[in-house]
Amino acid sequence: MQLLNTILIGITAGSIYSLMAIAFVLVWRSTRVVNFAQAGMALLSTYIGYEAVTRFGSFWIALPVAMLGGALFAALVEVILMRLLVKHASTGPIAAVAPIIATLGLLGLIRSVIAMIWGGQDLRILPPVSNMGFTLNGETLVFSPLKLLILIITLVLMALLSLLFQRTNLGLSLRASAYAPEISRLSGVHVDLIRTLGWALAGAAGAVAGIFQTVNGNGNFSPDSIEFALLLVSGFIAAVIGGLDSLLGAVIGGMFLGIVIAFVLIYVNTSLFFIVPFIILLIVLFIRPQGIIGARAGRRA
Amino acid sequence: MSLNISNLTIHHGAICAINSVSLAVPTGKLAAIIGSNGAGKTTLLRAISGLNKPSHGKMSWMGESILDEKPENLVRRGISHVSEGKSVIPELTVKENLELGAIWRRNKNELSSSLEQVVTTFPRLGERLSQRADTLSGGERQMLAIGRALMSKPQLLLLDEPSLGLAPLVVEQIFQKIHDLSTSMRITIVLVEQNAVGALKIADLGIVLNLGKVVAVDHADALMVNPAVRAAYLGY
Amino acid sequence: MHKSKNSKHIGLFIFFGFLLFLLGNQVDELRVYQGASVAVYVIAISSLILLTGYSGQVSLGHGALMAVGAYSAAVARNELHMPIVLTFFVAVITTAIAGALLGSAAARLSGPYLAGTTLALAIGLPSLANQFEVLGGEQGISFDVGYPPQRLGDDFTQYKWFFWIAALTALISMWLLSNILRSRYGRNWRAGRSNEVAAQLSGINTARSKILAFTLSAGIAGLAGALLSMTIGTVSPSAFPLALSFSLLAGAVLSGVSTLSGVMIGAVTLVAIPEIADVVAHRIGSSENVTTNLPGLIVSVLLILTVLFVPNGPVEQHHARAAKRAVNKKS
Repeated sequence: MQLLNTILIGITAGSIYSLMAIAFVLVWRSTRVVNFAQAGMALLSTYIGYEAVTRFGSFWIALPVAMLGGALFAALVEVILMRLLVKHASTGPIAAVAPIIATLGLLGLIRSVIAMIWGGQDLRILPPVSNMGFTLNGETLVFSPLKLLILIITLVLMALLSLLFQRTNLGLSLRASAYAPEISRLSGVHVDLIRTLGWALAGAAGAVAGIFQTVNGNGNFSPDSIEFALLLVSGFIAAVIGGLDSLLGAVIGGMFLGIVIAFVLIYVNTSLFFIVPFIILLIVLFIRPQGIIGARAGRRA
Repeated sequence: MSLNISNLTIHHGAICAINSVSLAVPTGKLAAIIGSNGAGKTTLLRAISGLNKPSHGKMSWMGESILDEKPENLVRRGISHVSEGKSVIPELTVKENLELGAIWRRNKNELSSSLEQVVTTFPRLGERLSQRADTLSGGERQMLAIGRALMSKPQLLLLDEPSLGLAPLVVEQIFQKIHDLSTSMRITIVLVEQNAVGALKIADLGIVLNLGKVVAVDHADALMVNPAVRAAYLGY
Repeated sequence: MHKSKNSKHIGLFIFFGFLLFLLGNQVDELRVYQGASVAVYVIAISSLILLTGYSGQVSLGHGALMAVGAYSAAVARNELHMPIVLTFFVAVITTAIAGALLGSAAARLSGPYLAGTTLALAIGLPSLANQFEVLGGEQGISFDVGYPPQRLGDDFTQYKWFFWIAALTALISMWLLSNILRSRYGRNWRAGRSNEVAAQLSGINTARSKILAFTLSAGIAGLAGALLSMTIGTVSPSAFPLALSFSLLAGAVLSGVSTLSGVMIGAVTLVAIPEIADVVAHRIGSSENVTTNLPGLIVSVLLILTVLFVPNGPVEQHHARAAKRAVNKKS
């Protein structure tokens, strides 16, 4: 029973990490930048979702509104910040670290602006269904209707994304531009536009991750929410486990991370919560710096 | 005269890679640009397709300027470029590589007829449609690269060193196919080649480039027998 | 020749110290405290510049390394009752060891991977403090360097004492660091940064060189951490948030990561920003939310703008311009 509980909790958390990892991968593939502002964008989207819940009173309106908001904001960042970065900071001694510093600056900027608009206190989004655990043979599980819902929506979104990538012309453009921008341009793909689109998709995925991370926790969030710091780190680690280039790898990495963390928390010690991801990352980087899903098999979306 | 270039100059930083080049290629003709390493052949070709920005001069295709136009828009105006070194995307399947070439075309029927046409031209590709491109041999990759360009129904095809790194027998096949494209499909072709003999054999028009300047323009047959060209580029 | 240059530098540093000493007597308590903060930031930022500017690595975890230094100094003081000077040495050595461990992982990693790893460290490490009784959990533990010696006079305040210790430490470490950077090690780091393969081909062990840079950088960060907790009086997880690592990075970028000579710019800016933000907020009469978050906003915006428009820092920019002018004049 304990085992089942642990796995189910791990998979739910893992599916949220996977979404975040997908956001990292989409941005990495389109502009070769690790977007450390991803958590800030997810947080902003969560605030947008919060506003939508307050206005329209429905979680089911808030989720797509947050996704749209996240997508638009991410697209804006790509068009303004990333293109300036390519123009001004692509040579010189700090060219390699300039994108890292710029996205970190953006993370700080988003956090400050959010705190200015909404204040530093906790706000709350209520889950659309109960987070009380299911009962099985008279025992109460931690796995709840909410967790089930999170799992289902995440899987559906991933399936849609995979369809988009494998079955449509847009997906072909996205993949081709990631692998070979010049050949794509020569084939008539508007690569600049496709890059922006990659960021927008990442923004939407991050928005869902942000809202789910919030409701899967205690529903509270604030500009300094530790949940979002954890989401940033976990998403990044999951993406690295998957090789940073592969969507499938990101999903596997996220699930793996979620399950390992759940096992450590339940069987070892709860207070190891923040240090476990770091240790997993170190182990992964030591064993296979190119990610668990090797570059060859994992390159396909 | 369909492709017209006049007084084109291209700089790479401080280096002048192409120096006031003028040339013209009539519709349906196959022009071979030959010259030694570093003569500026690739630079010139990349300028025609919009990848390089000229600093000076004029270029037009079918009477309209193609200066300052992006490559993704030039494809839509009938100009396809196969860049140096088997320009295929190894991570995609053969079919996806081909579809990529026609990605901007809306009409699905035209698309499938183009695919059929390419497969008839290169039957080997037809047998390998669902394989990843990195499983192909060098020659097959070059066919795929040309096939991808054909998928956009080009009127002007720019080929950069299609013979590079291929076995002599395969080179002959590829050149034969290029010749067919020119004669049977009436596509205007600009072929950049190190392999001057092979290129001039199939070309209507030969252009010799040296250190960024045009040093000779003539019928390909005439260039073949030109003693200066023979000594410098043909090696006999 | 080399020797005379060094001694000139010593003279320069002594002159600086004397200037600071005079200044410390002229200004009020708040300024003295800010002076101590500037000195702490100078040390912390120079540790990052050493890492990023000279060996091309990025760390977002230097706040965590500062915490390691602060905790080890405090434990040495509280549990082992060591004299103050020794506690600082303990801080440097403990953090350097931690840095060597992290550095041997870091040497295998590049750009975004290293940044992400150190980010995970910055988030994860402070919470470890809750694991050990001796580290005092959320409340933290005290770190008391004691009152200033009697012979300095009755009007010699605690803050001035802090300032003296911090400023002197900063001067000494700057002098040491600038000498190390001009040595063979400094050249190896620069070579590794600009072209790793070329450096390897010319016989430099870039991995060992990177680990060494990380170790030294961590040691200096630990020193800064101990000094920081001295000025606060306690060591707790909340004194080393992610925001600290972030500010340090901003300070390093503002100073210009490619040279040590701009380090004052970043340190002074970091200390001045809250005050400037306060003035601005009062002038425009903004709400409390805006006032409290304005410093963070300014740091972030400065960080982005610097990376975009002055990527090599103000000092290098100035040098480049001067060099260009000289060339133009000649021709």
